[in-house]
Amino acid sequence: MEIVLLGLNHHTAPLPVREQLAFTPEVLLEAIRRLCKLPGIAEGLILSTCNRVEVLAVAPDPDLGVRQITAFLGECHGVSMAGVEPHVYVHTATEAVRHLFRVASSLDSMVVGEPQILGQLKAAYRVAAGQKATGVVLNRLLHKAFAVAKRVRTETRIASSAVSVSFAAIQLARRIFGTLAGKTVLIVGAGEMCELALRHLRSQGVGEVLVTNRTYERAVRLAGEFRGSAIPFEELPQGLRRADIVLTSTGSPNFIVRREQAAEVIRARRHRPMFFIDIAVPRDVDPRINDIENVYLYDLDDLQAVVQDNRQEREKEARRAEEIIAHEAGQFFHWLRSLDVVPLIVALRERAEAIRRRELERALGRMGPLTEAQREVLAALSAGIINKLLHQPITRLKAESGAEQGALYIEAARRLFALDAEEIEQELDEALADLEAPEGGG
Amino acid sequence: MSALTTIVYLAGTALYLLYLALARPGLARAGRAALALGFVLHTALLGLRMLEIGYPPVASLGDSLSLLTWLLVGGYLVVSLKHGTMVLGSFVSPIAAALMVSAWILPRATSPLTPGLHSVWIPIHVWLVLSGEAIFALAFCAGIMYLFQERQLKTKQLGLLARRLPSLELLDRLNWRLLTIGFPLLTFGFIAGMVVAASAWGAFWSWDPKQVWALITWLLYAVQLHSRLTAGWRGRRAAILSIVGFVVLLFTFLGVNLVQTSLHRFV
Repeated sequence: MEIVLLGLNHHTAPLPVREQLAFTPEVLLEAIRRLCKLPGIAEGLILSTCNRVEVLAVAPDPDLGVRQITAFLGECHGVSMAGVEPHVYVHTATEAVRHLFRVASSLDSMVVGEPQILGQLKAAYRVAAGQKATGVVLNRLLHKAFAVAKRVRTETRIASSAVSVSFAAIQLARRIFGTLAGKTVLIVGAGEMCELALRHLRSQGVGEVLVTNRTYERAVRLAGEFRGSAIPFEELPQGLRRADIVLTSTGSPNFIVRREQAAEVIRARRHRPMFFIDIAVPRDVDPRINDIENVYLYDLDDLQAVVQDNRQEREKEARRAEEIIAHEAGQFFHWLRSLDVVPLIVALRERAEAIRRRELERALGRMGPLTEAQREVLAALSAGIINKLLHQPITRLKAESGAEQGALYIEAARRLFALDAEEIEQELDEALADLEAPEGGG
Repeated sequence: MSALTTIVYLAGTALYLLYLALARPGLARAGRAALALGFVLHTALLGLRMLEIGYPPVASLGDSLSLLTWLLVGGYLVVSLKHGTMVLGSFVSPIAAALMVSAWILPRATSPLTPGLHSVWIPIHVWLVLSGEAIFALAFCAGIMYLFQERQLKTKQLGLLARRLPSLELLDRLNWRLLTIGFPLLTFGFIAGMVVAASAWGAFWSWDPKQVWALITWLLYAVQLHSRLTAGWRGRRAAILSIVGFVVLLFTFLGVNLVQTSLHRFV
């Protein structure tokens, strides 16, 4: 019983390749159904986002499982896997667990720390669970992954620092204004950069959006897209008075906001703070306005410096996150191994044998003097009962452990006979130590 | 009891300072819990003290400082519950702890009050003025935090401290709220003081150094209130005025008696 994970992501595959293998929500249901019907797959889950396609599965035989999943992906999308395979990574056992935890905690994301991936993983899990494609192992694994992601988020600051220019601008704006809800934003220029920044600002729930541009039509178009209002370029001074956040990105060779102008505006605003974000090169806003009280100006270089700082901070936090993940993956793997059938059978036999011996002694004690032959008969009787009783369950466990619902049988047996997982793990540790000892010695 | 309260406040301060250094929210929560526990103990302490001397404990320097600490901690707990700002505690708790330590060390034996001063107006005066002082101590902390945050944003050196500080807008709003609460308290406190003066010294106003400094303090806060309402002075200027105002207030409270002789005997 092994966990296997096969997939490709933005690190390993360019967009055209990822597109080829992506599952749209419509085909995902059917794909999941087909995946868990494969003979070599016990449980399965498909995570498909714009940055990654991953198939997570529990397979009795990992090699067979990987071959089947590869073939399955090719069939699903009607592509030859030969061209795709160089982009595909395969993780098994602890590596697969660790990879999943890293994905859930957003350490593997394009923008490390972005929170969407956790939601996407949860959705993928819901779909798979809805099709009963997940079982004992994946249910536990996924819940663990969600818990690990939460731990990483609360115990490290991985998600708190912005590593793109527009996120950095929002982070700064929040330091000034707290919440951006109800704040007025003025966009000067209507280029692509403005559009991107505006999208981020909108997602923060800013209030009114004003757009101005030398070409009025383009201002109107951008304003229309974001339910804002366009103002003619000549009315820039009036616009400034209303704006808490001013974003400039024009192609103008000269400053379009001068120092005196900003000083006048801030007086007219009764010193309510203003945040200027100047992402134009050459700059649109006179850098000296940063000296005016209650005015904060960040140009592209300033923002990039903030991003740089955040990156370093984030790398430090990422290392702490990796430690958490390694620890949790180890723990999970330990549990998974306790699902192995051999230690379970050993524990089961030992439990039965202990009961037999205890009961036999009690019976002998009550019977008074017996001959050696009589004692042997009694011992044989008790052993016979135990063996006959355990024969069927043990044969079945051995047979089923390799099959689809093997983990379920093992988990059930463990609970039915109240065999503590720890006991079995101990058993396993000892067995592993025996195995490793000669190697270490040599 | 007094020692225990002081120790609990010191523990709260240590936790809050650790929070400042390590940014683990659990530390700030523990710090606040310690301050809350200290506050409860302190309340009992003040109650016992009142029973002991049979009069509101307001007439010695030690007692006044103790009362001021109690008001400051109480005020902080209210603010932190309302605004949920953790880091303010890192600034308030050292002040509270320092006040409490001095209250513990300084004389609290009360010479019997002169009959003329045995008036109900004295506790009213002291309570109002000390409440105002506690509020302005909070405003002082908010002002310092504002200047930190503002400096880091202006110089674009976004250190770790700024990460934990609340936004400028929140700090400024807090400063304003505190001013609107503290100013009336201080005003009525001074008026009550003048009533006491009238009955004890025979005049509402006698150019006593304490009175003069009280007037200066009051004017400073009045200027802050006025400039904000009329010219919209806010942010950095308001923060600086809060800091200056509190330093002068502290001098009026503690310093005047050291430098000049005043009829205002104790504090």
